[in-house]
Amino acid sequence: MEDREIKELETAVEQIWDVARDFGLDPYPTNFEIVPATVMYEVGSYALPGRYSHWTFGKAYHRMKTMYDFGLSKIYEVVINTNPSYGFLLETNSPIQNKMVIAHVLGHVDFFKNNSYFSKTNRRMVESVSTHAQRMMEYEFKYGRKTVERFLDSVLAIEEHIDPYFFIKREVSISEEKRREEHRHKDGRYDDLWLLDERRAAKVQAGGDDSDKESEKTPQEQLPEKDLLFYIMKNSPSLAPWQRDAIAMVHEEMEYFVPQMQTKIMNEGWASIWHARIMRALDLSTSDHIEFANLHSGVVSPQKGQLNPYYLGYKIYEDIERRWNEPTAEDRKKFGRRGSEGRDKIFEVRELENDVSFLRNYLTEELCEELDLFVFELIEEEEWTITEKRWEKVRDQLVSNMTNFGFPYLQVKDGDYNGNRELYLKHRYEGTELDMRYARKALEHVHALWGRPVHLETVIDDESSVLHFNGNEHAED
Amino acid sequence: MSIQRNDWSLQRKGIIDQERHKDRVKEAIRKNLGSIVSNEAIILSDGKRTVKVPIKALDEYKFRYNYQKAKHVGQGDGKTRVGDVIGREGRPGGGSGSGQAGQDAGADYYEAEVNIDEIAALIFEDLQLPYLEEKAKKAVQSRKTQFNEIRRTGVIANLDKRRMILENIRRNAREGRARFGNIKKEDLRFKTWEEVMRYESNAVVIAMIDVSGSMGEFKKYIARSFYFWMVRFLRTKYDNVDIVFISHHTEAKEVTEEQFFTQGESGGTVVSSAYQLALDIIKHRFRPSDWNIYPFHFSDGDNYYSDNEEAVKLADELIATCNLFGYGEIGEEGSSSYRRSSGALLSIFSDRLQNKDRFVGVRIDDKEDVYPALKQFFGRRGVETPA
Repeated sequence: MEDREIKELETAVEQIWDVARDFGLDPYPTNFEIVPATVMYEVGSYALPGRYSHWTFGKAYHRMKTMYDFGLSKIYEVVINTNPSYGFLLETNSPIQNKMVIAHVLGHVDFFKNNSYFSKTNRRMVESVSTHAQRMMEYEFKYGRKTVERFLDSVLAIEEHIDPYFFIKREVSISEEKRREEHRHKDGRYDDLWLLDERRAAKVQAGGDDSDKESEKTPQEQLPEKDLLFYIMKNSPSLAPWQRDAIAMVHEEMEYFVPQMQTKIMNEGWASIWHARIMRALDLSTSDHIEFANLHSGVVSPQKGQLNPYYLGYKIYEDIERRWNEPTAEDRKKFGRRGSEGRDKIFEVRELENDVSFLRNYLTEELCEELDLFVFELIEEEEWTITEKRWEKVRDQLVSNMTNFGFPYLQVKDGDYNGNRELYLKHRYEGTELDMRYARKALEHVHALWGRPVHLETVIDDESSVLHFNGNEHAED
Repeated sequence: MSIQRNDWSLQRKGIIDQERHKDRVKEAIRKNLGSIVSNEAIILSDGKRTVKVPIKALDEYKFRYNYQKAKHVGQGDGKTRVGDVIGREGRPGGGSGSGQAGQDAGADYYEAEVNIDEIAALIFEDLQLPYLEEKAKKAVQSRKTQFNEIRRTGVIANLDKRRMILENIRRNAREGRARFGNIKKEDLRFKTWEEVMRYESNAVVIAMIDVSGSMGEFKKYIARSFYFWMVRFLRTKYDNVDIVFISHHTEAKEVTEEQFFTQGESGGTVVSSAYQLALDIIKHRFRPSDWNIYPFHFSDGDNYYSDNEEAVKLADELIATCNLFGYGEIGEEGSSSYRRSSGALLSIFSDRLQNKDRFVGVRIDDKEDVYPALKQFFGRRGVETPA
C-alpha cells in the first residue's frame, strides 16, 4: 500500500469517526494497523496478539492460512477489545473494503465499551497476555516444553467451564479480606489468633471435626461450583504451584473472552447495522457505492440452512427500532410507547442484553416467519429434518442452544467424593446428550488436573448415568 | 485514532506454533504406527510419495454436545415446512454444516498427510537385519572410479577450478594483495581418482503364500502389507533385493507379483510343496554362499495333517540354507482366540523345528498386528521364538 493511500485512509478514519459520533456511537479511541495476511491470520487464530504458545493455536493458524491461500475464505477484519482498541486491516483490502471495515470495527468497539457484560473486562488485556506468555515460556524453560504443553492440553479441555460472573466472587473475597484486615488493625495485632479460635468453635458447634486437616478441606458449603477451572486450581490435590498459576492465566484469559462468547449475535448485528449506516452517510461515488453494497450483502445475507449471526442480529435491531419508532395502538396503550423512540431503544438494548436475553426478549413471531427459522434434527440417524416451525418453540430452542455459550453446563458437586478426595462433576442435563467419546477423553484430562479418580454424572438414553475414570480405565454405571 | 503500517516481517508466532502442531502430528503418527503400517492408503499407494491417513490422537477433546442427538435452528428460503428434509447425515443443511458445531462434529479424526519414506524411517528405526553375513558381500563386484584426492599435477581436464582460485588468492595475499588474477602454475590443483571395488550385497526374499480355499481377502491383505514393508526394509540394507513369489495350495508354483496378490483361492493345503519349490529355486539360482536368503511364508496354518512331518523336515532344510525363515499364521479378521486344531502349523513348528534360532513364527489376527510382526521378524536377535 502506498503512502498516498495511507494518507487517504487516515482522512477516512477521521471522517468515519465523526459520522459515528454523530450517530451517537461512543467507541474507545481506535488504532488501525495495516497488516499482511500472515499477521492477520495469526491475530485471528490467537484471538489476541502475543498470547502464550500452544500447538492448538498453530493448528488454527495453519487451517485459516491454508483456507486463505486457497481462496476459500478471507478475514477482512480483526478487532481487539482494549482501551485504546485495535483494528487490523488486511493490506490487500480495497479502499472501500477498508472504509467498511473501519466503520464495522467502530461498531464493535462501541459495543465493547458500552455493553454491560463487558463492564468488568480487562481493557489492558494485550499487556496481560504478554506477561502470561512470558511466564508460560519461563515454565517451559524450567519444566520442559512438553510438560507444559501436555498440562495445557488438559487445562484447555475445560477452559470454557468458568463462571461468567466470576468477578462477583473475586469482589466478595477481596471485601472479605478487607474486613478481616480492618478487624485486625482495630483490635490489636494478635487478634487474628482469636479469630482462628472463633472459627474452630463455630465448626465444632456445627458438628464438624476440629482437626487442622478439616479446616484445610474443601469448603463443601460453596458447592456446587460452576467454575471448574477455578475450583480445580484452588483444590486439586496434585498440582504444583506453577500449574496452578498456568490455570489462573488461562482462567483470566477466558474471563476476558466469555463476554464476547455471550454476545456474538448482538455484537455482530450491532457492528453491521452501523457500518451500513455510516457508509451510507459518507459521500461515496456510484461505483464505490456499488462495491460497498456488494460487500454488505455478502456480510448480512441469509445462508440457506445456516444461521448467520450477522444477519440475525442485524434484523432484530432493525425490527426493534421500527417497533419503537412506530408502535402499534396496542403497544402505545399497553406499554406506553410514544413512538420515535427507536434509536434510544436500540442503544439501550446494546447496553443491557446478551444473546440469550436479546433473543428471548426481541425475537418476535413476525421476525421468525420473515426469516423462515425452523428447528431441525436428525431422524433415524439418517435425515436432517425440519421438526418444528412454531415460533415460540424455535425461539426457545435457539435460546437453549445459546445458553452457556453453547457448551454443556457442568458443575463440581463434590471435591471429596467417597471421602477419598475424588472429584464428582455433574452435567446439568437439559435434553441434549453429551458426545460420549469426547466426554470420556475430556474426563481423562480432568483426571490429569485433579490427580485422583474423577466422576461425571450425566444422562444417557434418558437414564441418569455416571462416567468414572480412575487414571487407568473408564467405567460407567 | 491512527492508521499504522509496521514492519511485521519478524512476526513468527503463528509459524512457530504451527511447527509445534507438526511435532504433535509426528508424535501421533509414531503412536499410531500400528494402524498406519497396514493402512490401505499406504499399502495400495502404488508409488505415491505422500498419502493421507486418519490419525485419532489429535483432537482437542472437550465436553461438548452430541451434534447428532441435538436440535438445531436453521433458516430457510421462506417456504420451508415441517417434515422437509434439509440434508443427509454428515452434511446438514446441504452445506458445510449448521454453524461451527456442525463442522467440528463431522471431523472425528485428523487427516494427516504423511510421507511414506518418513513412515518407513520411523518403522525401520527399531528394525535390524538378523544374520547379515560377510559372505554375501563378496558376491558381486563392480569397478567404480572415485575422485578422492587433490594433487599439484594432473590431467588438465581434471583441473579443480575452485581450489585453483582459492590457491591463487591465497598466494596473492601472501604477496601483499588478496585478489584473483595472475594465475601461475603453482596455483593449479587437480583432482585425481582411485579405482575402487564396490561390493554389492544381495538378498533374495522368497515370498510364499497359501492360496488355499481358506485364505480370504483379509488374509491376503495382511500378507501383502507385510511384504510391502519387508521389501522396503530389505532394500535399505542391501543393494539388490530380488523377490521370488511362490503361491501354493496342494501344489506350488512360481508366480508374478500380481498373481501372487490377486490369485483366486481354491483347494487344500500342502505346505511342503512350497518349501520344496523354494529349496529347488535356491539350489539353482541363489547359491547360499553368495546370497542372503529370506524365505517368508504366510498361511492360515490349515495344513493337511499327513503333510506336517514333511513340512517340518523341509523347513529345517530351508533354515539351514537361509539367514532367517519367517512364518506368519493369519487368523480370522478380528478374532484373537483361535481354534488350536492339530493342523495349526505354528505350534507344530514351535515344537519340532531343529534350529529355532533362525526361525520366527508369528500370529496375525488383526491389521494392527502387522507392525508387531515386522518388529518380531526383524527385531534384534536373541529374541525368543514365540510359542
